[in-house]
Amino acid sequence: MTALRSTLDTASAEFAGYRDAMLAKLAELETEHAKAVEGGGEKYTTRHHQRGKLLARERIELLVDEDSPFLELSPLAGWGSDFTVGASVVTGIGVVEGVECMIIANDPTVRGGSSNPWTVRKIFRASDIALENRLPVLNLVESGGADLPTQKEIFIPGGRLFRDLTRLSAAGIPTIALVFGNSTAGGAYVPGMSDHVVMIEERSKVFLGGPPLVKMATGEESDDESLGGAAMHARSSGLADYLARDEPDALRIGRRIVARLNWAKRGPAPAPVSPPRYDEEELLGVVPDGLKVPFDPRDVLARVVDGSEFDEFKPLYGTSLVTGWARVHGYPVGVLANARGILFSEESQKAAQFIQLANQTNTPLLFLHNTTGYMVGKDYEQGGIIKHGAMMINAVSNSKVPHVSLLIGASYGAGHYGMCGRAYDPRFLFAWPSAKSAVMGPQQLAGVLSIVARAASEARGQAYDEDGDAAMRAAVEAQVEAESLPTFLSGRLYDDGVIDPRDTRTVLGLCLSAIHTNSVEGARFDGTGFGVFRM
Amino acid sequence: MIENVLVANRGEIALRIFRSCRDAGIGTVAVYSDADEASPHVAAADAAIRLPGDTPAQTYLRGDLVVRAALAAGADAVHPGYGFLSENADFARAVAEAGLVWIGPEPGAMRAMGSKVESKRLMADAGVPVLPELDPAEVSESDLPVLVKASAGGGGRGMRVVRELAGLDEAVRGASAEAASAFGDATVFCERYLDTGRHIEVQVLADTHGTVWAVGERECSIQRRHQKVVEETPSPLVDAAMRERLFAAATSAAKAVDYTGAGTVEFLATGDGDFYFLEMNTRLQVEHPVTECTTGLDLVAWQLRIAEGARLDPEPPQWTGHAIEVRLYAEDPAEDWQPQSGTLHTVEVPGVVAEFVVPGSYGIRLDSGVVDGSVVGVHYDPMLAKVISYGPERASAARALAGALARARIHGLRTNRDLLVNVLRHPAFLAGETDTAFLDRHGLAALAAPLADGDAVRLSALAAALADAAANRARAAVLGGLPSGWRNVGSLPQRKTYTVAGVEHEVRYRLGRDGLRAEGFDDVTLVEARPEHVVLETRGVRRVFTVARYPGLVAVDSPLGPVSLVPVPRFTDPDAEVAAGSLLAPMPGTVVRIAVEQGQAVRAGEPLLWLEAMKMEHRIAAPADGVVTELPVVASQQVEPGTVLAVVNTEE
Repeated sequence: MTALRSTLDTASAEFAGYRDAMLAKLAELETEHAKAVEGGGEKYTTRHHQRGKLLARERIELLVDEDSPFLELSPLAGWGSDFTVGASVVTGIGVVEGVECMIIANDPTVRGGSSNPWTVRKIFRASDIALENRLPVLNLVESGGADLPTQKEIFIPGGRLFRDLTRLSAAGIPTIALVFGNSTAGGAYVPGMSDHVVMIEERSKVFLGGPPLVKMATGEESDDESLGGAAMHARSSGLADYLARDEPDALRIGRRIVARLNWAKRGPAPAPVSPPRYDEEELLGVVPDGLKVPFDPRDVLARVVDGSEFDEFKPLYGTSLVTGWARVHGYPVGVLANARGILFSEESQKAAQFIQLANQTNTPLLFLHNTTGYMVGKDYEQGGIIKHGAMMINAVSNSKVPHVSLLIGASYGAGHYGMCGRAYDPRFLFAWPSAKSAVMGPQQLAGVLSIVARAASEARGQAYDEDGDAAMRAAVEAQVEAESLPTFLSGRLYDDGVIDPRDTRTVLGLCLSAIHTNSVEGARFDGTGFGVFRM
Repeated sequence: MIENVLVANRGEIALRIFRSCRDAGIGTVAVYSDADEASPHVAAADAAIRLPGDTPAQTYLRGDLVVRAALAAGADAVHPGYGFLSENADFARAVAEAGLVWIGPEPGAMRAMGSKVESKRLMADAGVPVLPELDPAEVSESDLPVLVKASAGGGGRGMRVVRELAGLDEAVRGASAEAASAFGDATVFCERYLDTGRHIEVQVLADTHGTVWAVGERECSIQRRHQKVVEETPSPLVDAAMRERLFAAATSAAKAVDYTGAGTVEFLATGDGDFYFLEMNTRLQVEHPVTECTTGLDLVAWQLRIAEGARLDPEPPQWTGHAIEVRLYAEDPAEDWQPQSGTLHTVEVPGVVAEFVVPGSYGIRLDSGVVDGSVVGVHYDPMLAKVISYGPERASAARALAGALARARIHGLRTNRDLLVNVLRHPAFLAGETDTAFLDRHGLAALAAPLADGDAVRLSALAAALADAAANRARAAVLGGLPSGWRNVGSLPQRKTYTVAGVEHEVRYRLGRDGLRAEGFDDVTLVEARPEHVVLETRGVRRVFTVARYPGLVAVDSPLGPVSLVPVPRFTDPDAEVAAGSLLAPMPGTVVRIAVEQGQAVRAGEPLLWLEAMKMEHRIAAPADGVVTELPVVASQQVEPGTVLAVVNTEE
């Protein structure tokens, strides 16, 4: 093993400045997270408690193993929309009876836990993660159904919620519904499609149509309990497998169900772990504020990977992309990290070769983004940059080992694709508060628009409106800047969360462990195809 | 020469005798009841023979079985220890008739001293001061208070103090019944009761050649229910002149009955130095180690040697220093000394320089009948161990003993440890003001108070929570290497709840990159947390908390005092809960009588049934007016603590 020697000068003024900037961004992030935690606010929280009910996060805390870690996913879902940050649902990976599970808990303090377009997208994402990584799913249900004013955005795609549940089951991934309150109309299919259902006496209410609807439809007089009470479902309909006395009892039963899944992870077990030799606290000062200056990703790796040990692949070739082998919390990873932002032909070919090697040895890949994209210009086009970039994107697209992407700096243009952006289905994608992602940098984008407009104006023989151009450029720059920030992108579910750089190792360790719940296999190098192409 | 000794006893005294035998090259034979099958004394002996059954009457009191066992095991001598058959002259005779050596006095001497009435007459004739004996039928108002005693008694059993004539008949009946069951002899008598007397006794050794040694006095005034709790030598009351009179009286007493072997002459003394003969114990005493410490004598070795006919020197050895013994009992002093039973997970006394032997230097001697994991049952005396401190003088011996006890790790059973420490540190004790009313005078409220105060309990609960958290991480099947309780979106603290003496303590904490944040512990910093070791710093002061975990128990020991915490589970299974109005067995025992039937209406306080545990009948009464809706036990049924005995429905 080769130990990284970090050259980061933690006593420098730059470091202190970058650190301050990062801490300011983290404080803003904390404020946004707090909105999600606050849910429906004090009034609804108090009312919920007065009814003797637990909050979504209180339920999760009781469900997961004591002192175990919990990774909340998409906590900023709905950020920048008309809906409450967090999208009235909490999703995340937690450990229940020693089993890593996907936990999905409606937040009933936000509009009765009703689902808005961001809610369903967040749950879809959770289902995808559960399916890909083979995580048993625990649904903590208490939802008033669809948010009716936005039903057009929910109704048709929303059917996937139930489809996903039964497809998980079909894939051998157990689904468990703990019904804490309303789960009516379409929502009734959450317990309906789950493998194990727990309902709570005098609390759970599960029916297709309530008394008024039944009265309208058939004239029958009925009440909530006979149509959908927990006791009825436990004794008559058989929709409930277990009848819990109260909320803690439902969580207790949920834990017992998981304990009896006899779950075994399929991926290889982690190797013994040694911590990095450098303090992860220093990650705060690695990334230059504004991303104008490139930084060495080895300074990040030295504070993230086991023992700060990293065996670099092709260190002298395509040096703008660092590739190499390391471990995180005992799990082997192949790392691709941008060093100087730009991807040239050499970097692209190096990446394609490295990704093939990782597939040959079933090694998961970690992408650390700080790229401004593939190089442009006559020499590069003539040198085949499209062809070489395509090789990299081809390799990323068809790689079968699990990928984890982490946006630590810029992630612009096709570079975002080549480094396994969201569209390339990494198992997990997180961003640091310093990250930015867009088709290109805000200034470049505004400049391109300006050049195109000026050319059009000149072609028409008109004088170019320089003042208008300046205003347009400023407006475009501001808009693109805002839309490339991690909170904005996280709000649109383009990542799985924005994380504190100091938590990087923990988040990666948790994700890699979750990933290893499933088997870890690369694209086939089994004698039926080609060998690794040297490039 | 004796080659192989059967010890007709159990627990620490059996181990003590085995030790002297082994040192002398003598083989050892143990007997054991079914309940004692796993006891240390069984494992320590060269051979062990089962006495079927659990109760003393079925086992250790069965002289016939013991003699048979001795013969079967090839023993050539029997040592009775103390209690059980040790003062039974018939047994001594049976041993001798079986051709075995009886390690004790002649049956005649035993018989003479065994009858309290007879012995007092003998002593009076020999010039030993005695309190006049009263016929229970003739006790009058002016004699009060009086003590009713079993003539064949010992160890406080069959004793009753009577302060009003009205209570005399009942006391005589009770003492008589107890005496009959404990000693097989219902005879009782009365004597004047000295409320504030001091219990002073003299250890004697007498050989078969006429030499009698008085080797030292012991004071055993601090007693509970007439059982000794703290014993020491020399007595702070006794000066040289009084000692001379005591020794002379003790020697006369022994000579009057041609006593041989080790024995103890007990006196009741007044504060001004008068003393009266109480009785002579014709055996080894529980508290013999204090005398061993100050004289250097191995009393058991001398018992063996005297039984072999050895001669004592004309003069006994000079004593030096001061020794104090405490009896560590599994009992709850604050709850009327209720005996405790169950598993003793750990017992560790620090600074022990000697076990079962005379210490070669000043320090702590431990004579323990239990080991880690010992199960303390309901059939025998709940004494766990004797802890003895030997020092140059009284104050330092007391301080060392209190310190050792306070730092001892005793997990799993409630004990009288805190009381012992409080007594040893009490100004009155240190001033030598010890008499039989000590515990009453200073009050159990103060003396039984826990060593750990409120702050200590809170900090210990925090330490327990942090140690438990570390243990949870250490045994996590997955993600064990990640930070404890890590959250990327902070919301709620981790929570752990414990009960300490029935009071709930909830600990709410977060462990983040800034260290510990625990609600209500703003001034506490976490230095280190491992599953069994937590270091906390409070306002600059670091303290180590040692944490041990057992089913249903987290034991935290620290310089602030021991704290036993019962973890409150996060969840309770509704099926495991007991119905409202359930009356649970407070201790293991046997249901002796049931006074009600199912469906019967009862008034608050009305007895429903009686539970016998540790020779005492505990009344289980209705907590309120109501109806007995369930009665799941029957008479003579054995019950464990927590067993539902009855359910009283107090609704309409």
